[in-house]
Amino acid sequence: MQTDTRVQLNDVSYTYEEQAQPALSGVSAVIQPGEFVAVLGHNGSGKSTLAKLLNALYIPTEGNVLVCGYDTREEKLVWEIRQRAGMIFQNPDNQIVATVVKEDVAFGLENLGVPTEEMLPRIESSLSAVRMSKYADTAPHMLSGGQKQRVAIAGILAMEPSVIIADEATAMLDPSGRKEVLETIRTLNRLKGITVIWITHFMEEAAQADRVLVITDGRIRLSGTPAEVFDRVDEMREMHLDVPHMTALAAELRAAGMPLKSGILTVEELVEEVERLCPLKSAT
Amino acid sequence: MLNNITMGQYYPVDSKVHRLDPRIKLILTIVFIVAVFMAKTFAGYALILGFVWMTSRLANVPFRMLMRGLKPLRLIIILTFLLNLFFTQGDTVWIEFWVIRITKEGFMQAAFYSLRLAFLVVGTSLLTLTTSPVALSDGIEILLTPLKKIHFPAHELAMMMTIALRFIPTLLEETDKIMKAQMARGADFESGNLLSRAKAMVPLLVPLFVSAFRRAGDLAMAMESRCYHGGEGRTRLRVLKITRNDWIACGAMAVLLGLIILEGIIL
Repeated sequence: MQTDTRVQLNDVSYTYEEQAQPALSGVSAVIQPGEFVAVLGHNGSGKSTLAKLLNALYIPTEGNVLVCGYDTREEKLVWEIRQRAGMIFQNPDNQIVATVVKEDVAFGLENLGVPTEEMLPRIESSLSAVRMSKYADTAPHMLSGGQKQRVAIAGILAMEPSVIIADEATAMLDPSGRKEVLETIRTLNRLKGITVIWITHFMEEAAQADRVLVITDGRIRLSGTPAEVFDRVDEMREMHLDVPHMTALAAELRAAGMPLKSGILTVEELVEEVERLCPLKSAT
Repeated sequence: MLNNITMGQYYPVDSKVHRLDPRIKLILTIVFIVAVFMAKTFAGYALILGFVWMTSRLANVPFRMLMRGLKPLRLIIILTFLLNLFFTQGDTVWIEFWVIRITKEGFMQAAFYSLRLAFLVVGTSLLTLTTSPVALSDGIEILLTPLKKIHFPAHELAMMMTIALRFIPTLLEETDKIMKAQMARGADFESGNLLSRAKAMVPLLVPLFVSAFRRAGDLAMAMESRCYHGGEGRTRLRVLKITRNDWIACGAMAVLLGLIILEGIIL
């Protein structure tokens, strides 16, 4: 029953034990292979719960989750699913197991029972894919937050996943670390065709995705390309979510009577659009 | 500051002794302890001293590093010496003064027992100085594997050791951070007597424990999401191999043990 569809959520609900309100209710989505999907929502919106459902860490209370055609409700498929859908967590310190970088990358392979002679090339290629090769023998506590997250990515990559789920992987990093991790993931998405589900509350990160899902109170409220989603400035504000500064500015200008096109996300796009509308007279 | 801490007392240089298989080193250390207990005379101790000295030369470990291992135990060693000195019955009296009576036999026995203690410490220090904690936990895991038959958790034990080693620097850093945060709010960790200083540690330990538990929860989830399911069906990145040098080391230890036994029979 292997299908093309990488990740599919069918009417999924999840309620934590001893809680009346479901954390997620009636979520349906299909994520295509090779897609870069950002899931946006503020704290407590249910976006972290969604991440854990995709990795069979949680099993849906209602509905089902299919990862590469495997149903997470089936207990014996759990290792198949976790190998295919790797997960990166928020705290860079709390997901590194071993005392040396390359041994941490090997951790997943050891668990899968990969023969030792096969491990070394896989470790080397995953470390070089995240540009951490020269730190192979370093102790993790000597690395910066961004570097630790890249090691975590390499650890997932060595297991040859089809999907990488990043659960607020940049939330605890400084701006340069955030950039470095997001760029690493985007490169993997482009070059290796790995599907990425990027859970975040940073608008600027979500703006770089192919598609954005906005979650509030356990439901998907908006879905579409970043331009489509962020253009609905009022709806986003209503959900206490921000939009990128340029999108907000474009909306203000439009309200003031300037016929700007929709879907502006970056400074460059806005500059280009303004120049198109009122071309600069050549300097005399 | 914390980035430079060394784990345990591992002395990170490269040498033939460092490269020995950790399993062999563990076993040889046990044999060494047996040899120390079997030595009956100072001649035997001379042999052991020679062996220790040679090993430390081969291991590129300075002799004073070995001696440093004795420091925390100096009280016990001195106490052993004094107790044996004063309370051993003997005929050849050297000094007799009030209730103190020191005999030749007493002195010999005191020297003998305190030397024995010293050798035990130095011998095991040789193991920990030349073997990284990770290699050590590997060796322990493999040596204890046969005990899995009686449900001894060998793999879990080694995994626990590895994780503990991994988190020591992280938790140290965190302790430092909490300590500074509490000091900024007027906490005083330095003055007062032992009791009040112990009390001052409470606001340090409580947040540290809370965070350690949170970290443990996170780590368990991260490990599970990377397919960790215990030691069953697991392969290893580091494979231990017994080389020629390991056999030479075993041979050297066998010679030492043989000589010690021989010495016990002859002298």
